[in-house]
Parts: sequence; structure tokens; C-alpha cells
Amino acid sequence: MLDTIGVATPEDLYAHLPEEVRFHGALRIPPGKSEYEIVDYFRARGAENANHHANFLGAGVYPHYRPVVVDTVVSRAEFLTSYTPYQAEISQGTLTAIFEFQTMICQLTGMDVANASMYDGSTAVPEAAMMAMRITGREGIAVARTVHPEYREVLGTYTRHQGVSVTEFEYDPESGQVSITSLEQALDETTAAVIIQSPNFFGIVENVREIAAMAHAKGALLVFVFTEAVSLGLLEPPRDADIVAGELQSFAIAPSYGGPFAGILACKQQYVRQLPGRLVGETKDTNGNRAFCLTLATREQHIRREKATSNICTNQALIALMATVYMALYGKQGLRELAEQNLAKAHYLGERLWRRFRGPYFNEFVAATGIQSPEEINRRLLDFQIVGGLQLDRFYPELGNSMLLCCTEMSRRADMDAVAEAFGA
Amino acid sequence: MISKVRQHPSQNESLLFETSSPGKSGYQLPDLDVPPVDPRDALGAQNVRGGINDFPEVSEVDVIRHFTRLSTWNYAIDLGLYPLGSCTMKYNPRVNEAVARTEGLMWIHPYQPDALSQGAFAILAELERVLAEITGMDAVTLQPAAGAHGELTGILLVRAALEAQGNPRKKVIVPDSAHGTNPASVRMAGYEVVNVASNDRGMLDAEALARMVDEDVAAIMITNPNTLGVFEEHITEVASILHSKGALVYMDGANMNALAGISRPGDYGIDLMHLNLHKTFSTPHGGGGPGSGPVVVKKQLEPFLPLPRLERAPSGWSWNYDRPQSIGRVRAFYGNFGVLVRALAYIMAHGGPGLKRATLDALLNANYLRKLLEPHYEIAYQAPSMHECVFQHDSTGAIAKRLIDYGFHPYTVSFPLILHGAMMIEPTETESKQELDLFADALISIAQEQPDVLSKAPSSTRTTKVDEVAAARKPILKWSR
Repeated sequence: MLDTIGVATPEDLYAHLPEEVRFHGALRIPPGKSEYEIVDYFRARGAENANHHANFLGAGVYPHYRPVVVDTVVSRAEFLTSYTPYQAEISQGTLTAIFEFQTMICQLTGMDVANASMYDGSTAVPEAAMMAMRITGREGIAVARTVHPEYREVLGTYTRHQGVSVTEFEYDPESGQVSITSLEQALDETTAAVIIQSPNFFGIVENVREIAAMAHAKGALLVFVFTEAVSLGLLEPPRDADIVAGELQSFAIAPSYGGPFAGILACKQQYVRQLPGRLVGETKDTNGNRAFCLTLATREQHIRREKATSNICTNQALIALMATVYMALYGKQGLRELAEQNLAKAHYLGERLWRRFRGPYFNEFVAATGIQSPEEINRRLLDFQIVGGLQLDRFYPELGNSMLLCCTEMSRRADMDAVAEAFGA
Repeated sequence: MISKVRQHPSQNESLLFETSSPGKSGYQLPDLDVPPVDPRDALGAQNVRGGINDFPEVSEVDVIRHFTRLSTWNYAIDLGLYPLGSCTMKYNPRVNEAVARTEGLMWIHPYQPDALSQGAFAILAELERVLAEITGMDAVTLQPAAGAHGELTGILLVRAALEAQGNPRKKVIVPDSAHGTNPASVRMAGYEVVNVASNDRGMLDAEALARMVDEDVAAIMITNPNTLGVFEEHITEVASILHSKGALVYMDGANMNALAGISRPGDYGIDLMHLNLHKTFSTPHGGGGPGSGPVVVKKQLEPFLPLPRLERAPSGWSWNYDRPQSIGRVRAFYGNFGVLVRALAYIMAHGGPGLKRATLDALLNANYLRKLLEPHYEIAYQAPSMHECVFQHDSTGAIAKRLIDYGFHPYTVSFPLILHGAMMIEPTETESKQELDLFADALISIAQEQPDVLSKAPSSTRTTKVDEVAAARKPILKWSR
């Protein structure tokens, strides 16, 4: 090969680089390791983390069982090692799966159109907000304080330099739901979108219809956010929302210390041209057979550059495929039964503890820890190999001695009893 | 002659919704060990949905067959050369997949106590260290989820750093050969995009650039090697022009696989850059993600990096949220951890010397292909190629489709936009001489084929040419009855 090229050594291939840019040292990275050494290294690191603990943490990342079939499918090399399906004729597998994904997300959320995925729920939220701004021509965003605190931080980072004014509105201290009076004060003729989450960060189900009516009365859009996708198996879909931004981690995506997950962005039909990200559409090939391809690319950065709806390019296709397989496996009946199990488990524990909020809750709730501190309770639980709940004053200074607990189909009754005991219940 | 492939039957398959039949299911749940709860009582009847209309009802075997059949309709790097220029489709080592599935790495919650996540911290810290070492930089954020997300993070860092000096400035210069994500990211960070044209050698013109840079310019975003596969030979001069006016130099590191081990951007005036772990560091593309786009920076930008930051105390690792100058959060949690694990495994398998070896092999493969193809196709620019070579042909689109009949995935078509009929070819280092020869033979053979053969391509695939125009004219974006 060197002869063909006409050089003597591989080093000659970059001899044309200016001297000052060439690196002559040796990288301080140890020489290559064997496969066994690599496996051993990561096993050792894994062993330094919590292992085989029962887990009552939710807060945007939920421990759900992951059926074996999901991993079988996404390990198929044709899904794992293919690129974004630009060449439709040899990418029909990925394209068909994405089309099914888009369809199932619409069925779940009650929206008309869903894109092929976003990085995660947190980045889907600012994309939804910017979409609402383009649609309404307005620059105000009103976001509930019960939207995941880290999602709100990301919203702040994204919108800081877009000439946006972000207003947060309060929750009702009794119900844990959006405070209608606070929302009223936050809403005006400059509001592009009202952003709420349900079940919200406290696990409480919001009155979506009422909030949607308030937003629409002022000419604003409603952006509905979800972090717990399993809830959609049981809860009324957010049909009154205009845009839905959510996180699919619950659908067979391992917690993996926070990523990779998959976000979704879905909307009403009339807003499709403002929807960022990839979209797969149905068409035909020259033989008249049904075929799929990426479509409406004129919204996207590779065509529109600085005028694009977003800079997003790579999304989370393989993770979205996991969710697709999961939805197919559970299906109509399974997703409901799964959601009902989550509801029953959470209520088994929730009804034994002193809950801070009265609003209806799905599989998470805020428990008051009484005279004990959340740290004390969690420390005691660790002795039983149980990771307790999230201490809430980290995000809500006003909620001292409060803990956000999550129960799923994987929560064992004995562990829930241990948690109740640690609370002194 | 087509020697790499021949046809074989592939299974037809309907959509899940079409094979669905009432009562079928593919899930199992344990018996409920607590009393059941009536959803209407617990949630209020108005909050409980009816059945999910048209949601699939299929068995486990149905699911396996469905997705396995679909998978056979895809091309993949595991089937052969995937020469998409700028996309770096290299082999994805399977050990990386295995280690990412380590129980103690997969099933850890981002909010579990730091003391129970020390293994994860160690991995993140080591990856930060080696990425800084490879790029000659001082600090790293692993949080961005993809390259474009890294770009946005990077330009926000530029803005924060300049703001701290009193003036964020107004414009960012982007060469016309850049990926579309660059100008789009600049806009999202609130800057105006100023395009700069490439010269007749496919490079930035330092003199023209010097005339454009004034005190309103915040930064330049420069891809190096650029999207023509050409190293920007005036890069140090470009950096001094920007620095002399107080502006910063951002490098798009999409093509870092041409430089790892032989050139470190941090050593010659680049202030910050992003890396695509799904390109240079071999994490699988997965049909369009997940990716990971860490941003590496020089010391002066470190205070502005996204929240939270790794911090080491004698008692162990923890997350530091007390960073008043930070641009804030760019996503929830800490990054695409599972992808980061894979990238570190790749770097460990190569080691320092192996990374350099991989770079040289990438250069070797690209230059070898260039040499084989030069007699048959017009090379766009005479400048030496790095990891990819760019030809041009009026029929670039048709030739690309015809490559499919020869058993290959096409190259990148019609990009960069500045070049009419671009054919952007990146073989990567993981291809053998045999595969490269087959690919060159295919392109040479196609060069002699009649236009009507090209216009019908691909003709051997189960799905022939797809009508993309019809798809966009009347979009059908979901299945319905």
C-alpha cells in the first residue's frame, strides 16, 4: 500500500503538516491492554459501586425490569453498527422501526406527530420551549417548579441567550399540584408556553385539562413533560397539550448512572414544520412497495444551517429502538398491568408513611421524615442493602425533612416494609 | 463486475400494528405481592385512560421475528466497508459492549450516594484525563450527548468567558465547508454567523480571515482536518489572528481520528474543541445515536464548564455544584455514561502507541484509495489527504446508489456543500486492503457503466429507489388504520 501511494513509511503521510503542529512526544496512556485486562478493570470499577441494592430512588430515573429480548434485538449488528439512515434503500430496518416508534409515541401521548428521538427528556424541554416561541412569536416561558429541577436548569442554560424570559410558578403546598393562582400571575400575553410535568417531580398527577385551558385562553401553548413513561399506561394522555416532551428511560433503558437515555418530542399536526430532529415518513419505491425514508429535512441543520429549527443531528436511535421493543413486548395489556403494579406498590408504602402532599400520586411520593433526618433514615437503610429516597431540600430548600420515594414493579414487599420501619411507621 | 455480493431472499414483514391480534402478549410480570389498588380510586376517574388504541398486541416470538427481519434490511459496518466521509464508520469492538453491560455499571442510579458510585467516578476521571492528554488540553466536560450538543456547550463557554471580561461580542466565524451543525449551534448560543469562503486549495485563507476579524468577533469554529479531509496548514496563523483581537478558537473535532497521537490541537492555539466519541473512539452509531460529545478546553475556560464537576477529596470522589461562573447544566445528570464506558475501553485497548497506529492506518487507507481512484475520478483539491479523500462528479448521487448494487454503503454524497458533486470517502483504519481493493474496483467499474444503469440503481435491493419527494410532499409520519 505504501508503494502504491509512493511513500516509504506511514509517518510520511503527514510529513506535510507544519512542524509546529506535529506531536513528537508519547501520549501518557499506558500501552494497549488485552481483552481480559479490560473486562477485569471494568468489573473492578463496577464492584466499587452499589451492587445488588434495592433502590427506592426515582426522580427522573426509574428502576424497571428490562426484558431479555430487548438486549437481544439491539445487539443485532445491523441495528447496532449502522449509521443514521440517509440511504433509505439499505436502511429500511432502522427506518421501519423508527416509523413504528413514532406511531407508538403518538398512541401513548395523544399527539399527532412524534420525532425519531431527542438526547433525553431534559434537552427535549428547551427544544419544546423554543418551538413554542417560534410558533407563537412570543418570548415568555412559564414553567412549573414541579418540573424536574435539572430539566429546568437545562431550560435556563439553553434559553439564556435567546432573549427569553423564563418565569417559574409555584406549587400548592397542600396538594403538591400546580398552584392555579401562581400560574395566573405568571401567565400573560407574552407567554409562548406553559410547561408542566405530570406526574410531577413529587410524583403527583396534575390537572392537565384545567391548566391547558388557562394557557390557551391567553394564547399560549401547553408543553407537557413526563419523566415516568410507564405512567402513560394508566394515566389519561395529555391530549390537551400542544407539545409533549418526555423521557423514555423507563422503557427498558438501564439507569446507567444517568445515560444514555432517549427523549421524545411530539406535537399537534399543525406544528410539524417547527418540530426539530429526525422524522421518518412513509412512501413507495420504484416497484410500488411500501418504503420509508427520512423526510421534511428542510427543518434541519444539514440543509438550513443557521436557520434550522435546532442544531440536533445525532439523536438516540438505538435507545429509541430499545423502547420500541419494550412497548411491543408489553403492548396494550402489559403496559396497563405494569402501570397498575407500580401504582399498587407505591400505595402500599405511601399509605403507611406521612405524605406531604394530598394530590393523587402514581409511583412516587414525598414522605415527611418527622423528627429524623432523611440522612439518618437512608444510613440505616444502607445496612439492609437498600438505597433510600432522594433528600428533597437539595432542590427545594423549603422541603426540609422530606424524601422522594419511588416504588416500581421491582420493589419487594420486604424491602418496602424495611423502609416503613426505618421511618418508624 | 459485481463480486462482493449476490442476492438472497429476504423475509417480508408487516408493521407491528398490522400483525397485532387481540389478547396476544409478550410480557411477564410477577404476581402482585401487595394488595391491588383501583386506579380510579387512587387517581380519580378523570385521570385514568381507556385502552391505548391500536397499541400492539404480539407475542415474544412475534417481536423477535419482527425485529430480526427488519434488521436484515439494513446495511451495517459489520457487513462491510461503510465509507461515509466525516462519519467515521469504523469497527465497534465488542468488548466495549460487554463492559458497558457490567452489572455494577449498568444498574447505578445517578442520585445514589457518591460513596456508592466511586467506581463510576474513577471511570469518568480516567476518561477526562486521557481525552485531555490526547488533545493537549487542560480540562474536560463529558456531559454533552452528541457532537452538536458539544458545539453548543463550547460556544456557550466562549460566551461566558468573554462575558466575564465584560463583552460577549456578537459574531462567530464559520467556514463555508463546515458541518451544518456549526452555524446552527452558533445561533442557539445567541451569536450571528459570519461565513468565510475557502480558497482554491480547499483551505481557510488566512489573509481574507485577517480582514474579517474585528473586536465584534467572539470566535472561529474551525474543523481540522476540514470536511475536505485537508489539514488547515495555516492553523497556527489563524489562531494568532483570532487571539490578537481577543477572540477564541473553537475546533470541531469530528475528524480527530486523523490526529490522535500525531497532533494535539491544544499545543498550537486551539482554545477548546469537542470530540465525537461515536466517531474517533468507536462507540457504535446505532442507526443514529446514542453519541457523546465531550468538550475539552484550555485552563482559562475551566471555570465556565457545565455543572457539576468531578472533585476529588481524601475521602473520595464527589460532584461539585458550587461553580459560580459555570454556564450551568447542559443536560440532566452527568452525560451518556454508557457511551463513555465504551470509549474508555477503546482507548485502553489501544493505549498511547495504538492510538497513533490507528491514526496512521486511517491515513494509509484513505491515501491508498485516493491513489487507486485518482486515474478514474477527479480529485477535488490537490492538497494532501488526511483520513478521507474527496472526489467530484456530476453524477455523485447516482454513483452512490449504484455502489449499493456492488455491496457497499455509499460515501457521503454532495457534502461539503461548497463542492459541486462531492464524493466524500472515509474508509477508516479498520478496513483491510482486500476490502479497499474491492471498493476501488467497484467505483472503477461504475465509472465505465452506462447512464441508464446508474439511473435505475439500486436494482438488486429488496427496496428499490425510494421516492423521497413524495414522502415530503404529503408526509405520512405514523401508521393509522
